[in-house]
Amino acid sequence: MSGSIKDRVAIAGMGCTRFGERWDTGTNDLLVEAAYQAFEDAGIEPKDVEAAWLGTSSSGGTGMTLAEPLRLQYIPITRVENACATASEAFRNAAYAVAAGIHDIVLAIGVEKFKDSGMSGMGGGGTDGPGHAMLSQGLPPRQFAMLATTYFSRYGLSFEEGKHMIGRVSWKSHKNGALTRNAHFQKEVSMETILNAPMIAWPLGLYDCCGVSDGAAAAIITTPKIAKRLRKGKEPPVFAKALQIAISPRDGNYNSKYDWTHVEATVRAAERAYKEAGITNPREEISMAEVHDCFSITEAVTMEDLRFSPRGKVKDDIESGRFDLDGAQPIQLDGGLKCFGHPVGASGLRMMYEMYMQLQGRADEVLNPGMPSRQIKNPKLGLTHNLGGSPDGCAIFVGIVGLEGV
Amino acid sequence: MVGITSAGAYVPIYRLARGDIARVWAGGRGVAVAGERAVANFDEDTISMAVEASIDCLKGIDREQIDGLYFASTTAPYREKQSATMVAEALDLRREIFTADFTDSLRAGTNAMRAAIDAVKAGSAKKVLVTAADCRLGALQSEYEQNFGDGAVAILISNSGVIASVEGSYSHSNDIIDLWRTDTNTFVNASEDRFSVTYGYLENVQEGVSKLLERYNLSPKDFAKAALYAFDARRHLELARNLGFDAKTQLQDSLFNTVGNTGAAYALMILAATLEEAKAGDRILFTSYGDGCDAYILQATDKIGKLKGRKGIKGHVASKLPLPDYTKYLRYRSLLGELALAGEPVATINWRERNWSVRCHGSKCRECGKIEWPIQRICAYCGAKDNYDEVRLSDKKLTLTTFSKDSLARSVDPPIIVCIASIEGGGRFYAHMTDRDPDKVEVGMPLELTFRRLYSKDDIHTYSWKMRPIR
Repeated sequence: MSGSIKDRVAIAGMGCTRFGERWDTGTNDLLVEAAYQAFEDAGIEPKDVEAAWLGTSSSGGTGMTLAEPLRLQYIPITRVENACATASEAFRNAAYAVAAGIHDIVLAIGVEKFKDSGMSGMGGGGTDGPGHAMLSQGLPPRQFAMLATTYFSRYGLSFEEGKHMIGRVSWKSHKNGALTRNAHFQKEVSMETILNAPMIAWPLGLYDCCGVSDGAAAAIITTPKIAKRLRKGKEPPVFAKALQIAISPRDGNYNSKYDWTHVEATVRAAERAYKEAGITNPREEISMAEVHDCFSITEAVTMEDLRFSPRGKVKDDIESGRFDLDGAQPIQLDGGLKCFGHPVGASGLRMMYEMYMQLQGRADEVLNPGMPSRQIKNPKLGLTHNLGGSPDGCAIFVGIVGLEGV
Repeated sequence: MVGITSAGAYVPIYRLARGDIARVWAGGRGVAVAGERAVANFDEDTISMAVEASIDCLKGIDREQIDGLYFASTTAPYREKQSATMVAEALDLRREIFTADFTDSLRAGTNAMRAAIDAVKAGSAKKVLVTAADCRLGALQSEYEQNFGDGAVAILISNSGVIASVEGSYSHSNDIIDLWRTDTNTFVNASEDRFSVTYGYLENVQEGVSKLLERYNLSPKDFAKAALYAFDARRHLELARNLGFDAKTQLQDSLFNTVGNTGAAYALMILAATLEEAKAGDRILFTSYGDGCDAYILQATDKIGKLKGRKGIKGHVASKLPLPDYTKYLRYRSLLGELALAGEPVATINWRERNWSVRCHGSKCRECGKIEWPIQRICAYCGAKDNYDEVRLSDKKLTLTTFSKDSLARSVDPPIIVCIASIEGGGRFYAHMTDRDPDKVEVGMPLELTFRRLYSKDDIHTYSWKMRPIR
């Protein structure tokens, strides 16, 4: 790998809509809401945008999905899709265009309007039918439940121990989500409720699963020089340190060596990202992260795949509160997918937005009124992670953003 | 010498106590018939059951040598389209074989047997596999709902390696409306049974047996066993008595109390059970019934011991799970409606993917020797391109690597147990687990593959392999 994105592009502004069941809001409204927040934050006009990358999984086709509501005038727009990594993929491609010197100011935006589809939960209401090469790959809960089954079995966790570990993941996220104004679910949930919730796909219960929602998020990406000019007198810009994608060849279904206690693509993407960003000890160097907690077990395993926790030991870190908002390495500071739901095309930029706001010390701009501060102290580097697909085969994004000079 | 060279059977794992059916109709004609009946799982039909019985029959036999396959049933999954073809592909038989369906009559099983014997005698085939299966619906609240059972059987007809030779046969045809069904009827219609039993079942079988014995100058005492089709348990005994067979020593158990009347497969299943217990030299009287009668004299040869090692009737009857209630039976048979399926039409996909999905072939890399399923053009281990041999995996054992019990996805039989398993000898298998107790699923458990109907969409049935705990 010859090139690195580190410090070659910066985020001059970001926007993020409220996520949730936004029955009164369409795709166009979500795009306008997120984009204009970002324009305002960066202090630019829509006409300053030279090119755009639009991430959406199923809420639109071509770049016109974005050009039409924003009335963008004949600029290049690329529609991007890479499953749950879609928004991050839009960000990565937009960043590369700036780094390549082709464009100065570009827009990366992700949107998903799920609640017009009649889908009430992650894959809910569906049943097995013809799918990929005849065999249905099945609904997400069962795919990730298989990760839990194997993890519990390999590390000798009883059902109760394993269930408590993943339950604690969701408990923490709900605690954070309760503070966050943009979250879909803004409510704490007790461990008792979590542990006794109905089973969705054994061993995953209701609170081990994230919801489905509508939302959009956007970033204005530009050169470091322009970013500093645009943000003069405001909080400093946030710099890209690493942007990595790893796509797995679905080894979990074919390769007997694939152990189903980790997600290899996350490991590969993370190691490349750490190298790109010059990070050797992510457990100590990464201040905070938003990871793909589509299911509680996914977050737990991801902590090991990112080397935030030693292999097989994440339980200790989860149970001791290391990943809580006031812990040593807070994860899902805004409540994660668990509380924001997962509008596939928007989630990656929603995560990036949280890192951006925390790095600039602005987290309380989206604080729920009357709640204690959700701003963490002096974050330097934030990591975002998406897992598109299932544990056996997926599209993984790992990105690292941080302040200048870190 | 033409005869049977192997036999196998299949009885679905679920049994429903007949009393549980009667209880639902209590207050009406809620009279329980004794015993229990076999119930095909929701993912089973006559094709999948015939595949199971055939695999049992072909254990230890080179499948390349089979040159004919006859499938018999009154409940084939399609009204127009052959079923023997799908059975042959699932069995991974050669393409250059003769296939045929025998349908529409309870005698279809022995009709197929007769055609196979004639083909071997005429020299047009050397080894013909005859498989019969039925999954009939007795009208709700009728005795037939309790009497009928689901099951399948397979026998191999050849002139070498014979375990039971065909010493004589007799057939006649007889037109009578006793049990019938049009192509729009869901349930079997039945005439008043004192009429149909007297002038159908009893008269025809008695006529068949007496003509056969007369033709070969034999009497009931010359037979070790009488394998007689049973209308039901009571009429079975009545028939044996009328024919002069001793119910205690000569009459082969009809499986009526353990499996039920399995239609076109029934007579051959009773015969398969007889062969499992037969000793060399035993003479067996064998009859079917349905629109007339086929009757045979068979004699076990000194090779009869070759049947050992098959699950057969005995093994399958012993391997069972109780169906918890009658509602499950209604759901399994789609009598409470069908689940709506999403997704695209499947005719082209099913055809294109048939080698791995139906024949259960994996790819074995010629460079690194590793096995992958489904077939991969690029080896997942060494990256070799298009350099593999297709290998059949359906007879391999598996070990469960991971699973989930999905209660969210709609299913006729929730929760869906979705599994990743390691195949003995290499490779991974991704499929659902069927015929299982959800509380007894654990990582590391041994599994075997079973051919099932995955789903039906746009009146197209899609078949492939699932896993099940070893039966």
